[in-house]
Amino acid sequence: MVVDLTALDGNAIGGLLYEVFGKEMTTAVGVCAHCGSRRQAAEAVVYLRAPGTVVRCRDCSGLLMVFTRYREMVCVDLTGLSDLAV
Amino acid sequence: MAGTALRGRLTWQEATVAEVITETATARTIELSVPDWAGHKAGQHLDVRLTAEDGYSAERSYSIASAPGEPVAITVQRLEDGEVSPYLTDDLRPGDELELRGPIGGYFIWDGEPEPVLLLAGGSGVVPLRAMLRHRQRIVSSTPARLVYSARSLADVIYRSELDGYGTEVIYTLTKQQPPGWTGHVGRVNAALLGEVAWLPDQHPIAFVCGPTAFVEAVAEGLVMLGYPPGRVKTERFGGAGG
Repeated sequence: MVVDLTALDGNAIGGLLYEVFGKEMTTAVGVCAHCGSRRQAAEAVVYLRAPGTVVRCRDCSGLLMVFTRYREMVCVDLTGLSDLAV
Repeated sequence: MAGTALRGRLTWQEATVAEVITETATARTIELSVPDWAGHKAGQHLDVRLTAEDGYSAERSYSIASAPGEPVAITVQRLEDGEVSPYLTDDLRPGDELELRGPIGGYFIWDGEPEPVLLLAGGSGVVPLRAMLRHRQRIVSSTPARLVYSARSLADVIYRSELDGYGTEVIYTLTKQQPPGWTGHVGRVNAALLGEVAWLPDQHPIAFVCGPTAFVEAVAEGLVMLGYPPGRVKTERFGGAGG
């Protein structure tokens, strides 16, 4: 796959994930709903500059998670994950 | 909101700047006094939040530069078009207050394990690796460790005066400019350099790679080509953007 050199990884959203799930999540294993790849959250491809925070699969680039902030609320879309070991 | 601590939650807290240390022309180490700091591990980071008078706020994540047990410190590289880093490097003074939350991260940490450690830094990616080297020294660890540090020039090397004092081999490669008589490596970290400095895979080494995304991708791929299992190559990317 082509690697976007502005993309970060899941380490960059450790704070956001902690805020949403209430615990340290960078080592939590997620399963991509598109390709079945299993990886720790820290390994995912993360775009902070998109509208919202976009998290994609490192193997197939499929959309895993989207986070958007509205005032004090964080809206979370996890439909790209078939499993997440929280 | 800072101060509304919920048990087990990551909350914003006030920190006071204790000291600002000039590392290079564009990098500063900011030592912080954080009253309720839970303690951190080598390689973890923290989030800083700046809020303007009109309520606009910006958050950035910074690696912790100090070892576990030491006062919290971050090292910030100023990005010319940055929104947050120029304030932190140029305007912050001892006594100023900052909002932060942390420590954060469980993936990119070194806890004193005995397997040989290969640290690979691109630019200010050296910051969490410096925390690891300090930790290794503080716990009097005999874990073999090596640091490969890619910087644009010698003047861009952060912690230069102290890196030789950690009792580990430090291999520099200078990508843009070399001083007269430079006998070290030149150019980006490539397969030849990795082959020269990497611990052999049968020693069960662990590698920590931190730097701009392009650096991390190239180095991680190179280590896997040398036979490192992908799970033993820990990566942290800070992109080319940010601020």
